[in-house]
Amino acid sequence: MAFPQPKPEKAEMPSKLLRTVDCKQGAVRAVRFNVDGNYCLTCGSDKSLKLWNPYRGIVLKSYTGHGYEVLDADGSFDNSQLCSCGSDKAVILWDVASGQVIRKFRGHAGKVNCVRFNEEASVIISGSIDSSVRCWDTRSRRPEPIQIMDEAKDGVSSLQVSEQEILTGSVDGRVRRYDLRVGQLFSDFTGSPVTSVSFSKDGQCMLSSSLDSTLRLIDKDTGELLGEYTGHKNSKYKLDCCFSDKDTHVGSCSEDGKVYFWDLVEGSLALAFSIGSGVVQSLSFHPRESKLLTAMEGNVQLWGKQSDEEEMVD
Amino acid sequence: MAAPTDLDYVSFGTPLELLSEDEPLKRPVPLQEQTVKDERGRIQRFHGAFTGGFSAGYFNTVGSKEGWAPSQFISSRQQKAEKQVFQPEDFMDEEDLAEHGIAPREIMTTDDFASLTKDQIRSKAQALSVLAAPIPGATVLEDLIAASRISIGVKLLRKMGWKEGQGIGPRVKRKLQRQRNGAGLRLYGCALPPEDSDKSEEEDDAYIPENVTFAPKDVIPIDFTPKDNLHGLGYSGIDPGKAIIGGVLEEHIHLFSVESERTSNLLGSEGGYSTRKIGVSGQAFGVGVLEEEDDDIYGTESLSRYDTVIGEEEPGDSMYGWSAPYEYSKKNAEFIKDIAYAGRILEGFTKPAKSLSIKKIYLPPELPRDYKPVHCHPILPTSDTGYQKSSDLMTSCRQMEQAAVQNSRHQMNAVLRRNLIEEPTLPGPSSVFDLLSNEAKNRIKEVKQAAEQKQLSQSLPSCIQTVSNNEALRAWQNICGDEIGTFKPFEKIPEKQARYEKYISKLKQGRSDALETSLDSQMTEWERGREREEFVRAAMLYKPSNSTLASRFTQGKHEDDSENVYVVRDHEDDLNDKDEAVKMKMFGQLTRDTFEWHPDKLLCKRFNIPDPYPSSSIVGLTKVKKDKYSVFNFLNVMENAKPHLKQSQSELSTDQKPDKASTPLKSNRRSRWDVPGKENDKKDSLSEFITLARSQSLSERQGSQPDSSEPAIVPKEQTPPTLDDLEEKRPSMDLFKAIFANSSDDESSSEGDSNDEDNQQGQNKSSLIKDPTSLIECQEPCENKTKETFSNKEECQPTKSSDTSENLATEEQFGPRLPPVIPDGTVSLSSGSVFPETIKRKYKEKQNKHKPKMDHKQKRYKKKKKHKKHKHKSKSKKKIIEGCTSSSDSTENSGSDTGASSSVLSTEVLLKRIKSLPTKT
Repeated sequence: MAFPQPKPEKAEMPSKLLRTVDCKQGAVRAVRFNVDGNYCLTCGSDKSLKLWNPYRGIVLKSYTGHGYEVLDADGSFDNSQLCSCGSDKAVILWDVASGQVIRKFRGHAGKVNCVRFNEEASVIISGSIDSSVRCWDTRSRRPEPIQIMDEAKDGVSSLQVSEQEILTGSVDGRVRRYDLRVGQLFSDFTGSPVTSVSFSKDGQCMLSSSLDSTLRLIDKDTGELLGEYTGHKNSKYKLDCCFSDKDTHVGSCSEDGKVYFWDLVEGSLALAFSIGSGVVQSLSFHPRESKLLTAMEGNVQLWGKQSDEEEMVD
Repeated sequence: MAAPTDLDYVSFGTPLELLSEDEPLKRPVPLQEQTVKDERGRIQRFHGAFTGGFSAGYFNTVGSKEGWAPSQFISSRQQKAEKQVFQPEDFMDEEDLAEHGIAPREIMTTDDFASLTKDQIRSKAQALSVLAAPIPGATVLEDLIAASRISIGVKLLRKMGWKEGQGIGPRVKRKLQRQRNGAGLRLYGCALPPEDSDKSEEEDDAYIPENVTFAPKDVIPIDFTPKDNLHGLGYSGIDPGKAIIGGVLEEHIHLFSVESERTSNLLGSEGGYSTRKIGVSGQAFGVGVLEEEDDDIYGTESLSRYDTVIGEEEPGDSMYGWSAPYEYSKKNAEFIKDIAYAGRILEGFTKPAKSLSIKKIYLPPELPRDYKPVHCHPILPTSDTGYQKSSDLMTSCRQMEQAAVQNSRHQMNAVLRRNLIEEPTLPGPSSVFDLLSNEAKNRIKEVKQAAEQKQLSQSLPSCIQTVSNNEALRAWQNICGDEIGTFKPFEKIPEKQARYEKYISKLKQGRSDALETSLDSQMTEWERGREREEFVRAAMLYKPSNSTLASRFTQGKHEDDSENVYVVRDHEDDLNDKDEAVKMKMFGQLTRDTFEWHPDKLLCKRFNIPDPYPSSSIVGLTKVKKDKYSVFNFLNVMENAKPHLKQSQSELSTDQKPDKASTPLKSNRRSRWDVPGKENDKKDSLSEFITLARSQSLSERQGSQPDSSEPAIVPKEQTPPTLDDLEEKRPSMDLFKAIFANSSDDESSSEGDSNDEDNQQGQNKSSLIKDPTSLIECQEPCENKTKETFSNKEECQPTKSSDTSENLATEEQFGPRLPPVIPDGTVSLSSGSVFPETIKRKYKEKQNKHKPKMDHKQKRYKKKKKHKKHKHKSKSKKKIIEGCTSSSDSTENSGSDTGASSSVLSTEVLLKRIKSLPTKT
C-alpha cells in the first residue's frame, strides 16, 4: 500500500445494551469470548459451563462434569477444545462438539482460580488458591503437570498466556511474568492483592487490577508504572480488567454495579455505565470489535456501539 | 454483527430446557403397571392371548360378547332386509387395516395438480409393461389417444405470460443478465483481465435499446435425490428399457437436447416416447428383425456437437433455482468475483466474513553457505597411535559388516556389543557369583535362615548385638586387605572413625573382645551402648564381601545427607522497601525482581520455543542446598513485614471471633479471598511472631510508644485482662534469632519438621550406620522427653491466654511456604550449637502461652503424634506424661505438643549434653 493508512476513527466504547441473557446456571462466575469473538463461555456456580452465541442469545452446548462451581474457562485457538477450572480443584479439558470431558487434571490443592490455553492449545496453565501455577500437557497422557511454578506466596488469582510468556497475578501483590524465551522471571510488586492481569494487544504492557481499587498499567520490560486508573470500587472480590479491542482504553468491573472505561493514555475516565445493582463479576472484551460482555449475578449482558443496533435485532 | 454464517440458521420457537444431569432419572415403569392405549388414548385391557387379545369382551368392543356388532334384523313389508355382502374390511378396525397394509382412503391430488415426477414414474412403469406385454407396442394406441393434459402449474404460468422455452422469473435487462453470466463463469487457468468483458459488454450495449428486457434463461432445477444405495457416486445400473429399446441412441439425444426434452416434459407431452422405436434395437444387438435401418452402426458423432471451448457451457448459473446461501447475500457479486480465480467454493460452504488471524511464522534459520548436510568424523591425529586407531576402526567396521550379515545385532549379547564399541571392561568380577567364595555360598543358606531370625531380632534390639557381634567377627576374621580405607562411615567425627577402625582391625585379628576394647572408656555408659550398636551394624553392613562388590561403584562426590534441603536461592526481598516504593509510585527497578528461571524442557517444546538453558537440568528457580533445620531459610519475608505489624498484632491478640474458630479449613492454605476484609493482615504465623517480637523490641529500644509493654498489643475491641501480664517482657531480636536457629530441635511448628523428626527417631532405632550426626540425633529424643514433660507439666495448669491465637495455629500448619534467607551464618542443628537455656525457656514459655486451640481434626492428628512420641519415651516417664496429657486433653490446650519445643532441659540431660559436646566437632 503506497498510501498511508487513514487515520483511525475514534474508537467508540460499547455502551449500548444489545442483549441480556439469563444463563440459568446460578451466578455467572466468569464470561469469556472465544478466540474470534463469535461465541462466549459462561461459568456457572451450578457446576456447569455453557457455550453461547451471545448475539442471538442461544445456548449452544452445556458442559457438565465439574464437581463444584466453575470459576474460569478458555477456548482453544481452533475452537475445538475448551478448558475450565473450578472449586473442585480440577482442571477439565473439553471437546467442544461432543461436550465430553477429554482430560481431567487433578493436582491442585485448592480451588483453581484461573485457566488458560497456550497459543497452540498444547498446554493448559492453571492458577490456584494453593499459590501454585501448573502447566498441564494436553498432548500426552501423563497425569502430573509439566511444571509447577510455586513462587507465589499466596493464591494465584489471574493469569494470561502469550506466545512465550505466562503472566500471573497473585494475592501476595505481585505480578509475575515468566518469560520462556529469555528464561527469566520478572516479579513486579504492586502493593495490593492482584485480582486480574492482562496483556495489551501489542504485548508491551501489562494491566493489573488490585484490591486497592486501582488499575495499574505497567511497562512489561522495565516494570515502570505507565498509568494508574481509579474511580471504580474493588476491595473485596476478584474482578476482571481488560483492554479494549484496539488498546485505546482499559476497562474494569466494579463492585458498585458499573463498568468503567478509562482512556489508556490520558488516564481519564472515559465511560462508566451502570449494569445493575449487584457486583459486576466478570467482563470480556471482544478481541476485534467494540463489543463487551459483562456478567452480573445470573445474567450476561452484551454491549455494543450505538450504531450496532439494527444488525442485532432479530 | 450478524455474520452470514449465523444468518443461515433459523431458530423457531423457544428452546427446550436443557436436561440437567443432576435430575434423578425416571424409574422404569414395572411391567404390571404398564398400560396399552389405543390411538384415542383409551386404555385397553389385555384379556389373554387366546381369548381375544386386547380387544375382546364387553368392555373394549362394540358391546357384544362376540366382539362385533351383529347385523340388525330389519323386517318390514316394504323394506326387506337386503342381502348384505360383507367385505373383510367391514370387520376390520383402523388398526387392522393398517396392519394388513390396506391403504387408507384419503384425499389425494388429482392429476391436474400432481407433480410431474409421478407422471414420470408412471410412464416408466408403462414402458416396462409394454415390453412385458404379449404384443409389443400394444399401448401405442393408448398413448396416441390419451388426452394431452396440461398441469395446472403450466396453465398458470402461461396465463402469466410465460412461454415455452423461457425461464421462470422476472424479466431482466441485458446488462444484468450479462453480469450474472460472468458471475457463474467457471474460469480455468489464469484469470482474464476484467476489462475485456466490460469492453465487449459496452460494445453490445451499443446497439441494444435500453428499455428492452429479456426473459431469464431456462434452467434445469437440480435434482436432489438422496442416495439410498451402496453404488458408487454417479453410477446407475443398466436400464432395461434403454438397453433394449435402442437406449444408446436415446442417450445421445438426451445429452444434447436436454433443454427441449425438459420443456416438453413440462408441457406434459411424452415426446420421447412417441418417437421411440419399438423392439429390440441398439448397436450391441445388431440389426433386429423389425428394423429396416442399418445406419449409425458406429454411432459416430460429429465433433460439432461438442463444445470446443471450456466454460461457457451454459449461459446463466446452473445452480440457479437452488437456494444456496451465498447466492442471495448482498455483496454476492463482488464476493464471487473475488474468489473466481480460485475456483468455485464448494457447495454448502461459504466464505467467512472475517478471516482468521494469520499466525506468525518464523523462517527457519539460514544455513551458512558452506554448510554440507553430511557429518564428517573428526580427523584423527596423524601420529602412529592415531593411525593404529583408525585402521582398527576400519577393520572393526569391516568385521561389523560381516557380522551383520551373519547375525544381526539383536542376537549379540552385551559382551559382544561391548567389544564392538571397544569399551573397557568393567572393573571387578563380571558376575555376582564370582565374588562368592565357597564359604560364602554356604553362608547364603545360613543367611536365609538368619533372615527370619533377623526379623525377630529387630523386634528385640537387645539380642541383636550379641548375635551380630559374633557374625561380624566371623565375617571379618579372614580378611587381610585393608578395605577399611574405602569405607569410612564416621568420617565426620575423626575420633569416632578412629575408634571404629581400631575395632575393625581387632575384628580382623579375630578377637572377640574387639568391641569393648575399642570403645572410649571415658564416655558415658549410654553413649558407649549407642556406639557399640552402631559399630556392629556398620561392620555387618559393610563387611568385606560388600567391599569387593564395591569395586564396581565409585564413591559419590557429594554425600547426600538428609540434613540439607534445597531452597530457592533468589527470593523476592525487601517487601518493606517495595511498599514504600509503591506508595511513592516509583515503579520500576525498585519494585521489580528478576530471577533466572528455567522452564521445563517439555514446556519449551510445547510452546515452540528453544530452551533458554539447554545445558541445565534445573527446573524453576535456581536452588541452593541449605541446612534443613535452619529457620533462617524461611525467615526472610517476615523480617521485612513491618508494615503489617499493627494489624497482625491486633489480630493476634484479639482473634476471638467465634466464626473463625468454627469455620473449617477448606483448602490447605488460606487466602485473602476467604476473608476478604482482612487481606492485608493475613500473614504467616511465623512471620507474625517475628514481626511481633521485632516490634516489641523496637518499641522497647526506641521508647517511642508511651507504654512499651502494652500499647502495641492493645486490641481495638477487647482484650483479655491477663494478656498484658503475659506479654510483659519481650526479648530483643537477637534472642529470637538465637532461638529460631535452634528451633529445629524443639521441633517447632511445621508438620514437615516434626514428621522428619519422627522419621529420624525411627532411624535411630533401626539403623545408625551412616549418619555421622546420628549421635546428636539420638540424643534428641531424650531431650525431647524432658522437654515434653516440662511442657506438659506446664500445661496441666490451665493456661490463661489459650484463646489468643487459634487462627494463628491453623496458619502455622497451613500457611504458605516462606522463602529462605542468608546463605551463610545460619545456625543449624547439625552444627550442634547450644543456646542459653534460659533464653530458650523464656521463649518457650511465651510460645506456650500462645499455644493455639485446634479444631478437632488437628487435635486428633496431634494426639496421634503424641502417641508416637510416647513410644520413644522411657517407661518411667511415660506415666507422668500420660497423666499430664490426659489432663491437658481435658483442658482445651492439647496443642501443646507441637511445641514440644517448649520447656527446659532437665539438669540430667544438660549434663549429658555437655559431656557429649567434645565428640561433636
